[in-house]
Amino acid sequence: MRKGRLAAAVAVPVAVAMLASACGGGGSASGEDGIVTLDWGEPENPLVPGNTTEENGGFVINALFTGLVEYRASDLKVENAVAESITTTDNTNFTIKLKPGWTFHDGTPVKAKNFVDAWNYTAYGPNGFQGSSFFEQVDGYDVVHPKDPDGEAGPATPPTPPTKEMSGLKVVDDNTFTVKLKNPFTIFPVVLGYSAYKPLPDSFFADPKKFEERPIGNGPFKFVDRTPNVELNVAAYENYAGADKPQIKGAKFKVYEQLDGAYQDLVSGNLDFLRAIPVSALVGDKWKQDLGERAKEKPGLLTQNMGFPIYDEQFKNPLLRKAISMSIDRKTITETVFAGGRDPADGFATPAVEGFVPNQCGEACEFNPEKAKQYLAQAGGFKGTLTVKTNGDGGHNEWSEAVAASIRQNLGINVVFTPVPTFGEFRQTANAFQFDGLFRTGWKADYPNLETFLTQLYRTGASSNDYGYSNPAFDAALDRANAAPTIEEANKGYAEAEKLLGQDLPIVPLWTQPVQYGFSERIAAGEVKAYRELDLTTVRLNP
Amino acid sequence: MGRYLLRRLLQLIPVFIGTTLIIYLLVWTIPGDPFAGKCGDRGCPPEYIAEMHAKYNLDDPLIIQYFKYLGKLFTGDFGETYAGIPVSQLIESAYPVTIKLAVIALIIEGVIGLLAGILTGLRGRGFLDNLVLVSTLFLISLPVFVTGFVIQISLGTELGIIRPTVSSNPSIGELIAPAFVLASLSMAYVARLTRTSLMENRRADYVRTAVAKGLEPRRVVGVHLLRNSVIPVITFLGTDLGALMGGAIVTEGVFNIRGIGGLIFRSILTKEGTTVTGIVTLLVLVYLLMNLIVDLLYAALDPRIRYD
Repeated sequence: MRKGRLAAAVAVPVAVAMLASACGGGGSASGEDGIVTLDWGEPENPLVPGNTTEENGGFVINALFTGLVEYRASDLKVENAVAESITTTDNTNFTIKLKPGWTFHDGTPVKAKNFVDAWNYTAYGPNGFQGSSFFEQVDGYDVVHPKDPDGEAGPATPPTPPTKEMSGLKVVDDNTFTVKLKNPFTIFPVVLGYSAYKPLPDSFFADPKKFEERPIGNGPFKFVDRTPNVELNVAAYENYAGADKPQIKGAKFKVYEQLDGAYQDLVSGNLDFLRAIPVSALVGDKWKQDLGERAKEKPGLLTQNMGFPIYDEQFKNPLLRKAISMSIDRKTITETVFAGGRDPADGFATPAVEGFVPNQCGEACEFNPEKAKQYLAQAGGFKGTLTVKTNGDGGHNEWSEAVAASIRQNLGINVVFTPVPTFGEFRQTANAFQFDGLFRTGWKADYPNLETFLTQLYRTGASSNDYGYSNPAFDAALDRANAAPTIEEANKGYAEAEKLLGQDLPIVPLWTQPVQYGFSERIAAGEVKAYRELDLTTVRLNP
Repeated sequence: MGRYLLRRLLQLIPVFIGTTLIIYLLVWTIPGDPFAGKCGDRGCPPEYIAEMHAKYNLDDPLIIQYFKYLGKLFTGDFGETYAGIPVSQLIESAYPVTIKLAVIALIIEGVIGLLAGILTGLRGRGFLDNLVLVSTLFLISLPVFVTGFVIQISLGTELGIIRPTVSSNPSIGELIAPAFVLASLSMAYVARLTRTSLMENRRADYVRTAVAKGLEPRRVVGVHLLRNSVIPVITFLGTDLGALMGGAIVTEGVFNIRGIGGLIFRSILTKEGTTVTGIVTLLVLVYLLMNLIVDLLYAALDPRIRYD
């Protein structure tokens, strides 16, 4: 008898626990009808368009704001949004006319000055906005954003600019403004869909701090509330002037710590959109079995590469760089480490951008150990130890080790993988040009044009040219493309420039990252942009 | 008692300053500028880095930075994250969940652990004893993330009894499964600790005396035996509450609970020094107070223990 009673005492709390948790579970995760739940992460910066250059912030910014042009979700084709027309005769001077009738969420109309003020504020050096470099092309940028006289590391700070306005921007009337660029830049209208070019309401300039807490945009959705580190809610904006009016009532951006947890939520119907699939679910295509038709895939905008420190004497010979590139077995690595979640690269861009041409890297990106050895011998061999460096805090260790092993095996030279503890430290070494071996680098397109993968990375002295790469022929090819009469011509020009990179190989292109995402059963339709972002205006729910 | 309490409270001050100083130094002396990596491979504008350096006094010597930080802390200002969100706001939203989770876990481990311990401690040697020993050994040897994933996938995704992850503002019912995972390890320790302690005291003189006096068995066990045997268990549970608050990183990660553990983990990764120091400071306080409460409980449990 006694024994039985005690056993019951143990069993009761367990049973209560089970029952209670059952009550807590179940139920619709998406709350009221018409609200879509999306997986999200904390943004790194305050939610101001000009200061947001990372993915999580950008996701929300694009829901809250609409720019002059927008990229069509299905294929990233450029479409006018707030802009009525963007005209130019010489590709240097642009006249931008706005459609009337657009309003911010606080009711004030969107005027030409909202764009000009926002752009000036973002470009103005002392504001320290991360998106300021997007205005480099505009006439007068150097005045509002003076260079640091002794470089970033030096003690001197740049002088305070004499003016806060770029001379290249002029407001003509409420609905018209003009932009003068320093040099011809044919694809300028394509660039304008990036978040740094969105307008800001007058209330921002009155009190930026208050704006950061409650952003006011002109986009299809308005800000409702946010619990930092937990979630952010937006609701459809009833006076939205765009053609792509939202069909849902709102969206909840929910912060997830781990992709695996978010995936479990998606499978059991507590989450409506997951923008990436964890490797654990990619193995054996488990995600396709779990999600069926709701598992989707398309080319993305991310590349992963290994950079060469060309400023180092050892890596000056292009033949050596080619030998290293050809000794890496990309296909096997993507299949084993990423379970097929990456596509081996054959060029310097991804198939999702306009102007992409396949196989621009040519022979240099093919896996061919015999030829690699041959080229290495021709280049005079490699003395000492080749180091492969990554930042250890970004989840890159596994594949970097595989790359190092691949080179070691197939080239027969001594290769060691040496992770650097933090990304901050890694970037400092990069900025100071102090690498002495292969280092990890990656790039995410800012706008859907081939140019985004070229200028910033490989032009002589460009801001993200961490390799010290300089080829006058490449710079000239970019100039020609920038000044081409039409966008199509420009794209051809960029492809020609990319071809030159395939010969010089300042980096080893490794793979591009396709967008693999999943929907819940509630979602009937929805387009995901190549930068892993669900276009909320295209979402339709199942009845 | 009063003097003892006062002395203990005064001792908290140097411990508090010492721990926060160490944490601050550790966080901010990690090599690499936290802002150099903020803008990805694009690189940050130098003005942004300069502005952030000024905001976090990074150009001062470390020790001066610390005292500036401490000064603000005493006025109740925990500082801001790099994204401009007040750390106090983050803590405010994360702490209630963690406390809830930790308390539920503590109750689970206390109830189940103590019961299992008492059962086996009083009887000893038998099927039940072996069962508890084997199952606790099993729990101790399993890493928390394994227990977490097994419960999440089996009860959540497969059976649909619980949600795989908890909602933004979880109810107590939702937190029971994660709390069970969190408690599993300590539960095993509590059971074993109670069992050993009971077994040891069962043969103590005072128990024999109590039995010889002709007291009811229930009274012997409840008042005499249990009260003395439970002292080491209380020590363990007390410090464990502190550990549960900070150490729930894995469990909070698996069940996506937006609590303190995950917040610290993420802040360390993104090198949000102010957030890390702020939260750890609070955790230090929790530890210190829990220790004090445990020490005071001793006197209540065993009248032989005196402080004056």
